[in-house]
Amino acid sequence: MPDLLLELRSEEIPARMQRKAAGDLKKLVTDALVEAGLTYEAAGDYWTPRRLTLDIRGLTARSKDVHEDRKGPSVTAPDQAIAGFLRSAGLADISEAHVHTDPKKGDFYVAHLTKPGRAAEEIIAEIMPRIIAAFPWPKSMRWGKASSTPGSLRWVRPLQSIACTFGPETEEPVVVDFEIDGLRAGNVTYGHRFLSDGQPITVRRFDDYVAKLEKAKVVLDADRRKEIILSDAQNIAFASGLDLVEDDALLEEVSGLVEWPVVLMGEFEEEFLAIPPEVIRLTIKTNQKCFVTRKQGESDRLSNKFILVSNIEATDGGREIAHGNGKVVRARLSDALYFWNTDQHDLPDMHTLAPAAIKFDLDLKKPLDQRMARLDALNVTFHAKLGTQGERVTRIKNLAREIAPLVGADPALAMRAAVLAKADLTTEIVGEFPELQGGMGRKYALLQKEHPSVAAAIEEHYKPQGPSDFVPADPVSVAVALADKFDTLVGFWSIDEKPTGSKDPFALRRAALGVIRLLLSSEWKIELLPLFQSAFIQLREEKIEQRIQHFEEDQAAQDTGDVDGEEDVTNAISGFEKRIRGQLSERSQPILLDLLSFFHERLKVHLRELGARHDLIDAVLTEGADNLLLIARRVEALVVFLNTEDGKNLLAGTKRAANILSAEEKKGTPISPVVDAALFILEEERELSAAVNQAESQAAQAIQNEDFSDAMIALSALREPVDSFFEKVLVNDDNPDIRANRLALLSRIRTATNTVADFSKIAG
Amino acid sequence: MTASLPDHMQPTRSFQGLILTLHNYWAQHGCVILQPYDMEVGAGTFHPATTLRSLGPKPWKAAYVQPSRRPKDGRYGENPNRLQHYYQYQVIMKPSPPNLQELYLGSLRAIGLDSLLHDIRFVEDDWESPTLGAWGLGWECWCDGMEVSQFTYFQQVCGIECAPVSGELTYGLERLAMYVQGVDNVYDLNFNGLEGDEKVTYGDVFLQAEQEYSRHNFEHANTAILLRHFEDAEAECEALLRAGAPKAGDNSPLHKMVLPAYDQCIKASHAFNLLDARGVISVTERQSYILRVRNLAKACGEAFLLTEAGGVNLKSESV
Repeated sequence: MPDLLLELRSEEIPARMQRKAAGDLKKLVTDALVEAGLTYEAAGDYWTPRRLTLDIRGLTARSKDVHEDRKGPSVTAPDQAIAGFLRSAGLADISEAHVHTDPKKGDFYVAHLTKPGRAAEEIIAEIMPRIIAAFPWPKSMRWGKASSTPGSLRWVRPLQSIACTFGPETEEPVVVDFEIDGLRAGNVTYGHRFLSDGQPITVRRFDDYVAKLEKAKVVLDADRRKEIILSDAQNIAFASGLDLVEDDALLEEVSGLVEWPVVLMGEFEEEFLAIPPEVIRLTIKTNQKCFVTRKQGESDRLSNKFILVSNIEATDGGREIAHGNGKVVRARLSDALYFWNTDQHDLPDMHTLAPAAIKFDLDLKKPLDQRMARLDALNVTFHAKLGTQGERVTRIKNLAREIAPLVGADPALAMRAAVLAKADLTTEIVGEFPELQGGMGRKYALLQKEHPSVAAAIEEHYKPQGPSDFVPADPVSVAVALADKFDTLVGFWSIDEKPTGSKDPFALRRAALGVIRLLLSSEWKIELLPLFQSAFIQLREEKIEQRIQHFEEDQAAQDTGDVDGEEDVTNAISGFEKRIRGQLSERSQPILLDLLSFFHERLKVHLRELGARHDLIDAVLTEGADNLLLIARRVEALVVFLNTEDGKNLLAGTKRAANILSAEEKKGTPISPVVDAALFILEEERELSAAVNQAESQAAQAIQNEDFSDAMIALSALREPVDSFFEKVLVNDDNPDIRANRLALLSRIRTATNTVADFSKIAG
Repeated sequence: MTASLPDHMQPTRSFQGLILTLHNYWAQHGCVILQPYDMEVGAGTFHPATTLRSLGPKPWKAAYVQPSRRPKDGRYGENPNRLQHYYQYQVIMKPSPPNLQELYLGSLRAIGLDSLLHDIRFVEDDWESPTLGAWGLGWECWCDGMEVSQFTYFQQVCGIECAPVSGELTYGLERLAMYVQGVDNVYDLNFNGLEGDEKVTYGDVFLQAEQEYSRHNFEHANTAILLRHFEDAEAECEALLRAGAPKAGDNSPLHKMVLPAYDQCIKASHAFNLLDARGVISVTERQSYILRVRNLAKACGEAFLLTEAGGVNLKSESV
C-alpha cells in the first residue's frame, strides 16, 4: 500500500513549539484522512528547527464507494415536490429513482445513490491546504508580499516550501499537487543552512528523504539529536574528568535549536565559582542554553567548564565558537557575580527604609533586613484585594507566633523567619531568576549569621509544593510554612477566589495539600478552625483598628470632661471593640467552614492516593472536624479494625441493625433512643444492652484520649453480644412494647458504633 | 573581509569600517541609505523611516545608523558594555523579501563573520514596543552564543496591522564591533582603524559624553521641566494632527502635517525615558505614561495613512 511523505519547511520554528506542532500535524492529517474514508497502518512525526515532517505508511489508495438510500416523496406527490427531490438527490429524471412500498405510507420514491470512492491523492490535495491554513500555532504571523491581502496565510515563521509525495514502495511516487498562498507542493527540500551545498534535494519517499537529509547534515529525528547531544556531552565531560550536570528541559530545547548537533566545551575563570552553583547553572542555562559540569565525585560544586551545542562542524574544530561562547558566559557570570555581591551590601535608598525597620523590628545594618524594609517601602502589591507584600508579611509573622508553640517552635525565631521569609524577592538575583526565591534568602540569611532554623525556614516555608515535594521538619519552618499557607487560603477564601474545575490560578489546592502533608507528617495536633479564625482577623485587623479609632474620636468629641465620663468612655470603647470583633467572627463562620470542607475534600484525595478506602474516610469525617491528624489516625485504626474477624462481624451486625431500623424508619415507626430494661425478656437482650453501654462509654473515653485502637477494642467487645442477639432474639415480637424496645436496642448499637465511625457509610 | 578596502577600513579593524561595510552591502541590495534622524530616540525603530514607512501599501527599503538613547542604561562610563547612547544599525524592507534571512547572513559575511567558522543561530525572540503600539515575531540572531542582531517581521505598528509586513533588522553596532575586533571593553574599540598616534578609540569619542550624560540623566535633569516638556509635546502633537487633518470641503483627502506631529511624539517619548531614569515615575504611573505616548503614535500612524507616502493616490498596479 502507498506511503505519504509531507514536509513543511520554514524559517526557524521556536524550539518550545516544535514537538507539539509535529504532533498536531500528525493528528490533524490522520484524522482528516480517516474522516475522508481512508485508513493507514502507521504514522510518524518528525521535526527540526526548520521543518515539520510526516511519514504515513500503508495508506489506502482510494476511499471506498459509499452507498446511500435517500427517501423521497410519495409517488402521488405533486410535481413540485418530485422536482425538489430530483434536485436534492442529483437525479436527472424520476425514472432513475426506485419505488419502495410501505404498508402504512404506500408507495414512495427512493434514490439509490452511490458516492464513488476518491483517489487518496485527491483527498490529500484537498485536506492539506485546509490544515495548513488553520494550523494551531500558539502565535502565528504574516509575511512578504502576500501579507498585503487580508486573510493571507499565517504560519509560525515564513513557510518556505512544501514537499508532498505519495505512492507504493514498488513504484515511483507522485507529487501530490496542491497550492496554498502561492506555495506549490513539490518533491524538493534543502539541507543544512550552512553545512550543505545549498542545492535543492529531490526526494521520493521517507526513506531516501531521511538518508539524503543526513547526507546534507540534517538529523531529522529530534530524539536521535538528543541522544547524540547527551552521549557526546557525557563523553567530552568524562574525558576531562568531569560529570555532565544533566538537564532534560535544556536538552529538549537545545535539540530544537540545531539540525546537526556538535558538542563543544568552553570555560570561564575559576573566580566565578564563588557564585552559588545554582545561580551559575541558571545563568548559563537560561541565557546561553549551555550545560554545566562537575568534577567527578563532586556532589554540589561546579567546575569552570561548560558544554555547548553548536549547529555546525566548524572549519577550525570549534575553537572560535567555544572561545566566543566563553566570552558571553563570562560577561553573564560577571553580571551574576555583581548581583550576588550587590545583594550583600547596603542599598542606596537607605533613607526610605526607617519606617519599615520599626514595623518589622529590622536591623538595617544587615543586608537582608534592608531588602525586607525595601519590600515594604515599595508597597509591592500582593493582590489588589489582599494588600501589599508588607502587609502580608505582618500577617504571616503574627500567625507564625501563634502557631509556634503548637508545633514546638520558639515563637521569636518563627517571627524572625517570617519577617525575612519574603525579603529575597527584592534581591538582584531573585529578580533575575525568580525560581531561586527562598533558596537565595536562606543563603543571604546564613551570610548575615541568622539562626540556622531561621535561614532554613526562609527556604522551607514555601514547601511542600506538591504531592512528592520535601516536607520540612524543623519546627520553625513548619510554623512559617503553615502561617504562609493559612494566610493565602483564608485570604483568597475571604475574597471568594476559590479554585473552580481545572482553574486554580493561586495554587490553593497545592497550598491546602501542603498544610495536610505538614500536619500529617508529625505528631502536632492542630485544630484548623481557630487558626483560620486568626488568619481571618489578621486580614481585617487594620480595618478593625481604624473603626475603633473613629469610635474613640467620636467619643472624645462627646466627652464632658468629668472623671466618671472618662471611665464610661473606656468601657464604651472596649464594648465597641468586643462587639465588632464578635460580628466579624460571626460573619467569618460560613466562609471558614466552607474552607474546612475544602480541606476535607483535599484530605480525602490525599488519603485515597495513599491507598485508604474512600468509604472509610467518609465514615469518620464529620462536618466541623478540624483536626486532620486525628481524622487520619481514625481512618488508620478503622482499617486495622475492619481487617479483624471482630471488626468484620461487628460491621455486618451493625449493618443488619441499621437495615432493620431504616426499614422501620421508612414506615414511620418511632424509635426510642433509650431502652427500658424492664422490657427485656431474654438474657441476650440484657447482655447486649450492658455491652452497648460499656462499649459506648469506653469508646468515647478512648476517643477523648485520642486512642483510636482502644476505641476499636472497646467496640470489638460488641461483636459477641450482637451476634448472639441476632441468633437468639426475634425483633418482631407480638408484643408491640417488646418489639419497640428491641428496636431501641438496635438503635443503641448504631449510636454506640457512631462514636467511632458512621458504619452505614462503610461498604460491604 | 572586503578585498577592495584598505586595511584600516576593514570592518574587523575599525568601527567606522563596520558601518561603511554595512552601508555598502545594503545599498547594493536596493536600500535607501539614510542618515540618522536628528532627534533623540530610544531605538532605531523610532525613526519615521521605520515607524511610519512600515505603514501602508507602498514598498520601501532603507538602511541607516541611528544613535539611540537609553538614559537609564548610563553607567558613568564605568561599565564595559553598557551605554546610555549607542548606535543601532537599522534595515527595513517592505514587503519582507522571501530571502531576508539569506540577505542578513550575507551582511554578516560581508563584515567578516564566516558561517562555517562561527555558529550563527536564529533563537526565538518576539519583539514588542508598548510605546509604539507595535509588535512582531522573529528572532535574536546569535553568533557563538552572543546576540548580535534582532530580526523581526512587523505585524502591527502604531496599533495598525502592517499590510504588507516589513522585515526589520537591528544590529547592535558596538557589540558587533567588539566581537569582530576581539575587544572586551567598548571604550577600547578602534574607531578609525589606524594605529599609533593616529588611532582614535570609541572612548576618545564617547567616554566624556557617557560621564556627562549619566550625571545629567540620573542627577541633574530638571524633572519639572521634563514633565512640562512631556505635556507640551503631547499637546503639540495633538494640535498639529488636528491642524493638518483633511477638513470637510477640502479638495484633497490628504493629511498635511503628520511628520511634524510625529516629531512631538518622539519628544514625548524621550522626556518620559528621562523622567523614568530620574526615578520620579511610579510603577502605576509608568503604565499611564506609556499609554499616552502610544496614543500619540497611533494617531500619527492613522494620519500617515492619509498621506502620499502612506499610500493615498497609489496606483494599484505599482503595489
